[in-house]
Parts: sequence; C-alpha cells; structure tokens
Amino acid sequence: MANGILVFIEHVDGKINRASYEAVRAAQLIGSQIGQEISAVVFGQSVGDVAAEVAAKKIKTVYTVESEWLKSYTADGYTQAFKQVIEQTQPAMVLMTHTYEVRDFAPKLAASMKRMLLGDNVGYKIEDGRVVFTRQIFQGKLAADVVPTGDAPHLASFQIGTFRGDECEAGQAAIQALSVNLDADVVRQQPEERFKEAKAAVDLSQAPLIVSVGRGIKEQKNIEIVKKLADALGAEIAASRPICDNEWLPMDRQIGSSGQTVAPKLYLAVGISGAIQHIVGMKGARTIVAINKDAEAPIFEIADYGIVGDLFEIVPALTAEAEKMKQ
Amino acid sequence: MLSLKRHTNLACPGLVNQELQFVMKIIVCLKQVPKNDSILRINEQGTWIQDRDLTYEINESDAYGLEAALQLKEKHGGEVIALSLGPARVQSVIKEALARGADRGIHLEDAAFDKLDAFGVAAAISAAAKAEGFDLLLTGLQSDDFGFAQTGVIAAELLGLPHATIVMDVESQDGRIRVKRELENGFFQWVGMPAPAVLTIQSGINTLRYATLKGIMAAKKKEIKKLDATALGVDPAELAPKMEFRRVYLPVKNKQTQFIEGSPSEIAAKLLDKLKNEARVF
Repeated sequence: MANGILVFIEHVDGKINRASYEAVRAAQLIGSQIGQEISAVVFGQSVGDVAAEVAAKKIKTVYTVESEWLKSYTADGYTQAFKQVIEQTQPAMVLMTHTYEVRDFAPKLAASMKRMLLGDNVGYKIEDGRVVFTRQIFQGKLAADVVPTGDAPHLASFQIGTFRGDECEAGQAAIQALSVNLDADVVRQQPEERFKEAKAAVDLSQAPLIVSVGRGIKEQKNIEIVKKLADALGAEIAASRPICDNEWLPMDRQIGSSGQTVAPKLYLAVGISGAIQHIVGMKGARTIVAINKDAEAPIFEIADYGIVGDLFEIVPALTAEAEKMKQ
Repeated sequence: MLSLKRHTNLACPGLVNQELQFVMKIIVCLKQVPKNDSILRINEQGTWIQDRDLTYEINESDAYGLEAALQLKEKHGGEVIALSLGPARVQSVIKEALARGADRGIHLEDAAFDKLDAFGVAAAISAAAKAEGFDLLLTGLQSDDFGFAQTGVIAAELLGLPHATIVMDVESQDGRIRVKRELENGFFQWVGMPAPAVLTIQSGINTLRYATLKGIMAAKKKEIKKLDATALGVDPAELAPKMEFRRVYLPVKNKQTQFIEGSPSEIAAKLLDKLKNEARVF
C-alpha cells in the first residue's frame, strides 16, 4: 500500500539547492492536510552533509542514495536510482520543486512508470480528500486544476516561489541509506564541468534588495537614474529581458525564466509590465513594489505596493528620499 | 532498449563506419498553437478554451528546433523531417517548415489524437519516429499552450534513448553528440551522449530564417506522409490520459495591492515609510 510523501532534494556537489526546501514546505502543508508522513531523498556520491542539513526539518526519514554513477547529475542516473527508491519506499506522492534539473529527469521518471508528471504547479487544493493541483496554461493567461488519473504514486512539481522554503517546520529526521543497482550501461549522458559565460557573473539570488528596470526606461542613458536609486537603497540592479537583449545592462543582470530566479526581501520593478517570463523569476520576492504608467500592467497583480505614474518623476524622488533616510 | 535502425545503415548496409562524416537524419516536432496575442475565451463547460475563431502559429521554441535542425543539415549533410500531430490545420505548420528547408513532412492525424496529454502525444510521436529511424529527434522545450515541457523527454523514455533538455547548441562528432545545456543562475554545461538521442531546444538560440519564394515553390513538390493510429500501431493504453483537467479559469489574484498616490515626493516618502515600518525590508 502506497503511503507517505517523498520529497526530492537537489544539490550540486553537496551544496543544497534552497528551492528544494519549498518542496519540503509543500509536503509539510499537504501532508498535514491529508494525513501523510514525509520523507526526503538525496542522490549523490557523498551526501551525508546534505542529508544532515535536511534532517533538521520536520521530516520522518531522509534517505540517502550513494553511487559513483550519481556523483554528477545525469537524467539517466537519477531516473534509474529514483525509480528504485520509489519501488523500495512505496510513496503515495512524490513532490519536487520545478527546477531545470527536475524538468530534465522527472518526466522521464514518471514515464518509466507509465505516469505523467503533474509539473510546474502554482498551487493546490484538497477536494474530496484528493490533492488537486493548479497550473498555468497559455503562459499564465489561464489557470487549470488538474488531477492524475491512475494509481499512486503520483508525481508533481511546484513552480519556484510557490512556497516559502524558510517557513519549513523544524524537526529531527532519521537518516537511512538505501542501495540501488546502477552500472555504466545505465548512464549514457557524460556531463562536463558547469560554467558561466560572463566573466564577472553576479549571483542575484542572494541579494536582499533588488531594483529592476524594464522597457519603460525607453533609452539606455536613462538607466542611470535607476542605478542611482539602487545605490541609494544599497540594492543590486537587475533588468527584464529586453534591457539585456539591447545590452543596456549585462546578461547576468537578467531576471526571469531565461535569466536568474530571485527571492529578495524587496523587489522594486521600474517600468516593467510583468510578462509571465519575467514574473516566474521574481514572484518569490517577499515584498514587491511596481512603478508603471499603465494601471492595467500585469505586474500590479503581484505587487504589494503599486505606484501608477511617470517613473522619470518618481524614481529621482525616491532616490532623494532614500538618501535622506541613510543620514 | 529498442534498437533503432540508423539511416546510415539503411543507405549503405555494409558500411557502418563511425569515423566517416556523420550525416544526420533529424526529425523535428512542430506543434501548432494559438497565436501568442490571441484573446482566449473559456468554453461553456469550463474545461478548455473555445477553439473556433483562433488563428495559429508554430510554437515558439519548436521554431528554434526547426532552425537548429536546418543548420545541422547545412553543416553535416543529411535530412530534416518536419513532424506535426493534430487536425488538418496543422498541415500549414508542416508546409511552413518545408518552405524553410525541411525535406519532407509527417502528419499524425486521427480522431484518437484529439485532446491527448503529453504522454499520449509522445507515444504517437515516438511510434512514428521509431518507424522512420533517425539520429536526432528535436522538440521545443515547452509549448505555449499546455506548457507541459515534457513531450520530448517522455518520447526519449518510450524510445529507450538518451535525452537532454533546454539545449542551446549541438555539436556532432564520430556518431556522438555534445550539447550545451542551459542551467539555472547563468550556468551552462556541455553534455555528451551517443546518437540517436532526443533534444529539447531553448528559444532564442539561433536566428530564425524566413521562407523564400523559391522555398515556398519547392515545398509544393515535397512529400507529406499522413499516418493515423492504426498505421502507427500505437497501443491505445499509451494514449489514455494520465492526467485530467478538472476546470480552466482566469487566474485568481491573491495579492492585495496598496496603491500609493500623491506628488512624486509624497509618494517617495510614503513608500519608504511603508517599506521600513510595514513591510520591514530595511
């Protein structure tokens, strides 16, 4: 009998992907509502530290799966190992955060069990004791409630930022090693070293304050007023895709599905309309401020504070006020 | 694992030499989706959109998959086959691909293909691709309508082949391929794997070509093979839905936005006060 919720924990060389805690939080919330216990699984070659870190959350068991074939992530290796873990632990549900890595292997894992991943959900509800997932269709223009049709286990992933990883309940989990059978034939992908293209690449994911600029800035020379505001606030500057495509700011400042995903304390969007490709990269921010001349701009749908007006008047005023506050 | 017939073997059965120029036979999957700026109306049952009066286009990332296939063919030689699944209207997508330079088309059409989920689509595509034989099967990384981002990966699993997703660049050497994958936070990674393989292509990785008049004329002579579920021999169980749409609706706004008004300096003072004392970001 399938039982419990199994959460996938992602890491690179022992450094945990913080987004995995969002799936832990999702499992804690769903598990408490449908009366299911939570376990988590980490794959790799030497993952004791990752497991110990995750074990400090309210989880029953953290499983570790170690093999030389899991040293670096490959879709083949993770799928084969994960499938064996599911066979051994018989979960009712597998929950993941919809990262690029999950996108790469989870559909294969589900298909290997003749199932389909319910991927990229932005919410859930319980109807008649069943978990119903909400996902975006038509690039966020519409929402859909979906359910799996077949038997457990059901595999699902949540879009980054759907849950707050820092709201995980603390606890003390048991750590248990599971063994799987893998060999050279299974893993056909040969991954090389990960690399960044830009030399001075910045990691905006750790920035507490971000001021971000979009198409509303109109001209390259106007970027300067937004830079001044960022400096006055002690914030990092970022941008939407059109600004980086025009090379008004470097590519490593781009926020969104093709850029970085951030969850700062403050995200101040200047002249950004809020296309879905941008929003997926910043909606996890704790506080969102939007300045836009168009009151109908979709960015206001997710903003905590909205200012409808001319950014060329408001941004300098904000800069002056921020300078005053510093003193 | 399935054994796929390599077209190189078919062309010259006695000559399987991996050191030779690796000529590629590429199948590229193209989905027809409602145009990006379409006004979408939900149907009366609340289960999907009203599909009358819509105009359609090639799914964005699939168009980049087609361009990647055409560029690989230009570099290495070989053949590009444009494949699309759907009702008669999807032929326009295949014809557009033929006009841009694809060599021939495959159209998967059957009443049983209506309303398939990604697993069902992948089952039909993989049956067609297996019968055809190929070195690379390309899809876009995600469709603009359902947005599953799974079809290519599922097809790889059903075909027993390696895959890579969110691919930015493809190199081929000695019967193997090496692809550049986009990772998160500005990272990239090259991954090698044997061919045949399945790749899902990222948008924006190349510059799309337009069909020339000559291309449009040439396309008229190119073959489009139509295949239905029987011809493909797909297992009906594989077409059965693995997930169900309960309802479709306009997204619910879950944040209450406080709009701040006044003169620019008043707005600035009010906002910073709220950020400090209400939201506590400073």
